Amino acid sequence: MASAERDDNNAVEITGLRYRVGEKAIFDRLNISIQRGKVTAIMGPSGTGKTTLLRIMTGQVLADRGRVLVEGKNMARLTGDELYELRKQMGFLFQNGALFTDSTVYENVAFPLREHTRLPESLIRHIVLMKLQAVGLRGAADLMPGELSGGMARRVALARAIAMDPKIIFYDEPFAGLDPISMGVIVRLIRRLNDSLGLTSIIVSHDVDEVSTVSDQSYLISNGKVVAYGTPRELEQNKSAWVRQFMKGLADGPVPFHYPAPDYAAQLLGEERN
Amino acid sequence: MGLLRELYYILLGFLQGLGACWLFLFRILRYTPAALLRWRIIWQQIYSVGAMSLVLIMVSGFFVGMVMGLQGYNTLSKFAATSALGTLVALSLLRELAPVVTALLFAGRAGTALTSEIGLMRATEQIAGMEMMAVDPVRRVVVPRFLAGVVSVPLLTMIFSAVGILGGFVIGVSFMGVDSGAFWSQMRVNVDVWDDVVGGFIKSIVFGGACSLLAVYEGYYSHPTAEGVSRATTRTVVNSALAVLVLDYLLTAFMIHGV
Repeated sequence: MASAERDDNNAVEITGLRYRVGEKAIFDRLNISIQRGKVTAIMGPSGTGKTTLLRIMTGQVLADRGRVLVEGKNMARLTGDELYELRKQMGFLFQNGALFTDSTVYENVAFPLREHTRLPESLIRHIVLMKLQAVGLRGAADLMPGELSGGMARRVALARAIAMDPKIIFYDEPFAGLDPISMGVIVRLIRRLNDSLGLTSIIVSHDVDEVSTVSDQSYLISNGKVVAYGTPRELEQNKSAWVRQFMKGLADGPVPFHYPAPDYAAQLLGEERN
Repeated sequence: MGLLRELYYILLGFLQGLGACWLFLFRILRYTPAALLRWRIIWQQIYSVGAMSLVLIMVSGFFVGMVMGLQGYNTLSKFAATSALGTLVALSLLRELAPVVTALLFAGRAGTALTSEIGLMRATEQIAGMEMMAVDPVRRVVVPRFLAGVVSVPLLTMIFSAVGILGGFVIGVSFMGVDSGAFWSQMRVNVDVWDDVVGGFIKSIVFGGACSLLAVYEGYYSHPTAEGVSRATTRTVVNSALAVLVLDYLLTAFMIHGV
């Protein structure tokens, strides 16, 4: 079985993943492999568990069944210390940035360096300024997170996520709620950081247009399974009605506009309650 | 049957909470040696939970001392024993009032701040962010705040006692005409360092530990919503007050009869 063997080209390998919340199956035998050095997008409608998938990949949540290998390490078998050791090679960009609100931008970016290294202050300063320069916010070093716009906060969080020079970086909905200019900036940053730092980038998003411009390969998941996989171009030309609906953003199609409900007329006339 | 069942679940919930709190304490203690090496962070927290409570503690202490002076004078004058006012004020403050009232004020002023701060850090994913940066939030956020509370409460208690005695002095000596020499000398003769001063000090350490533990525990495990954080903050005050009063009884009983 070739698929079960570990492929060194893959930074993340998920095989047969199952995960339930209560009675609801979020993932049912999900298989995903993410190639090293590429920008991979995981797309799907809201509520398909994309963020949960990121949490599983980063060990914040454990899968019920299946194998999750990240950098060759089986997430289910790691001890707390080993997990933290692995996370030093990961960067994670939260949707809201998750910046420390009582520290300046500078201190936020310096945080992982101060926690994990014993570098002298002068060197920390250099690294922080370099990382801030990379996201174009060197001038904002002394601002507090409350003084930043949404897009700027996300860029600061990105600078913090790459402070320790990770191998893999996870983006949770990096485009949500941004104006077009900030969106363009983030798209360019993801690509540039990935290529210049030799990262593996994993983006969870439902912003089809932005993701298509930045990703090398995309997974489309729905109902706990991979529905389609390929380059953005391949997905656009996909014949499946569901994939077409999602990629083109059509209101109705295989995914109905209406949430399942009792008969409209009957409900209005009071024959059915709810 | 319904009532019994309900009582059973209340008791069960209480024991579960108590157990979880103890486990959390062990987790905190495990990280304490490492946290002590980074004293700067603890120092900052002592400033924000301790030093920032100073004015409140001093004002309260002064008024409690003045009330003790008034009440004490009023009662003692019936027995022509007003010279014992110094002893009365000092003993009641050192043994009981200072540790208990300081701990209650600390829970209201600093404990709630700790709970809501940690709770909001969780609600805004700052705690999760820390975990993703391979930094244990218990070690980095919880332990320094807990230790700061354990250090601050005894110090605040001592200040409370000192200011309170001063308050008693102002009322007794300056306003009621008790002899200043009698006030101080009676106090010096009757207050025992071990039984009274150290006893009160031990109480304040225990209260500081209990209030800080409850505050960080409630914050760390609060539901990450606006309502969840507000409930946790309320629980901090209620549980701290109950814990302080119950512990005070136990410690007093132990100190009077046990040693």
